[in-house]
Amino acid sequence: MSGALLEIRHLESYYGPVLAVRGISLDVPAGAIVALLGANGAGKTTVLKTISGVLNPDKGTVRFAGEPIARKEPDAIVRQGLVHVPEGREIFPLLSVAQNLAMGAYSRTDRGIPDDIESVLGYFPILRERLAQSAGTLSGGQQQMLALARGLMARPKLMLLDEPSLGLSPLLVRGIFSVIRRLNQEHGIGVLLVEQNANLALDIADFGYVMETGRIVLDGPAETLKQSRDIQEFYLGGNPDSPRGERRWKRRKSWR
Amino acid sequence: MEDLQLMVSGLANGCVYGLVALGFVLIYKATEQVNFAQGDMMMLGAFVAIGLGNESHAGLPFWLACAGAVFAMGAVGMAMERTLLRPLFGQSQIAVVILTIAFGFVLRFAAGAIWGHDPLVMDNPVAGAHVAFGQVVLGADEIAVIAVTVLLTGLLFLFFSRTKLGIAMQAASQNQLAAYYMGIPVKRIHGITWMLAGVTAAVAGILFAAKGSVDPSAGFLGIKAFAAAVIGGFGSLPGALLGGLIIGLVEPFAARYVAAGYAQIAPYAVLILVLIFRPHGLVAQVRGKKL
Repeated sequence: MSGALLEIRHLESYYGPVLAVRGISLDVPAGAIVALLGANGAGKTTVLKTISGVLNPDKGTVRFAGEPIARKEPDAIVRQGLVHVPEGREIFPLLSVAQNLAMGAYSRTDRGIPDDIESVLGYFPILRERLAQSAGTLSGGQQQMLALARGLMARPKLMLLDEPSLGLSPLLVRGIFSVIRRLNQEHGIGVLLVEQNANLALDIADFGYVMETGRIVLDGPAETLKQSRDIQEFYLGGNPDSPRGERRWKRRKSWR
Repeated sequence: MEDLQLMVSGLANGCVYGLVALGFVLIYKATEQVNFAQGDMMMLGAFVAIGLGNESHAGLPFWLACAGAVFAMGAVGMAMERTLLRPLFGQSQIAVVILTIAFGFVLRFAAGAIWGHDPLVMDNPVAGAHVAFGQVVLGADEIAVIAVTVLLTGLLFLFFSRTKLGIAMQAASQNQLAAYYMGIPVKRIHGITWMLAGVTAAVAGILFAAKGSVDPSAGFLGIKAFAAAVIGGFGSLPGALLGGLIIGLVEPFAARYVAAGYAQIAPYAVLILVLIFRPHGLVAQVRGKKL
């Protein structure tokens, strides 16, 4: 598959002393939502950090819109239209909400920033009421919205979203995911979505990859993955019908 | 009347402490490093200004000498970050502490070698002039020191609260990783922070040299300024200034009303009291740890 917006080939990356990503290839086509699933410690976040330039890969290539971006500084990558919304609401706590949004547009020099603040607030109306408030005083869900809104301010072509549902109530999660879907449909923003909540992620994704201990063990269209017996058992907690109640611990994953 | 004069001269001293403390806090907030050479940078700024401006040296006009010193110290600050601190990025705090202390020694002996170890006074337009308000006679230099400090802090305040770069500097100090993710060039911002610290050091040095004499060991004033920064809450710019003013005020009054020797002890006594009763400093930045 060539000509994708984001193309990763044979990526290997260390997280500290650990080789956390052991040769990964994946594609995000323009305007698509791609889910990257996997358990804790599978290396998903390391993949995102390597793409956005916070970590340098050990081997392999990352191409964004046809250009190689591995080993570039994060600010150069943001200027090319690739924004990473990190895990855990990494906002600027003592700056106001409005200043946080303005910082999202730091890499831009055009005059469209006030208009973009308006349109971003259209997606997250609650933030409009809090514009002058310092961001550290927002609730967890509002901070997550702010992190997403701030990422949008860079006018990305592709967003890397790391666990946007982490620690949020089911209602808030639904709200945030519907915004992600709207952004994708209305602005054609591509999304590489890292999620523990596989069900949720596969609902909005077009394509999915499953990672385990640094490798991709399974990939396919989201619908196919959802039907897959392995995914159902190991990530969705489904219980396939079996008269005795199948002994899960006896079964092996198909990729082992 | 005498108290008022003591107060003004104390405030003028306090302004210098406050500006040096401001340099400590600027760098600490942005990079979480403590620059123990800040006092020596102030001393160097003073000597550069004297070297450029005094009749006995290069003899440039006063304002040109000031501008030259400010520019030179900005460059020194930026060069320090680039060549010494950046390679240490991610190393332990102790490495940075020892490096900056050592660099302070280097500056001290370099200044001694170039300008000699005798105290020098900077030629300046207000030297020796007095302003009389009724019965109160104040040194024009002291009033100038206070005015310049107010002006500089006002400019810094506008810079940090209004300009994109200033807000980005705040952002990078509050959450460095998020700043990286947003495309804020964090390393360049560290360089600019050190440049600003150099500039405030130069201004503090010029003020110091204009109202008294300066010799290469003047940098030890940095220890008092460090105390001022801690009193203010190490991490708050207004707090650093406030701490400087408090120390500046405590000194002359302790000398006047307690006993001469106590002027040297009083600042540290205040420091200990503040640490006992308000361990986070007077202007603590309250910020809950997020999880």
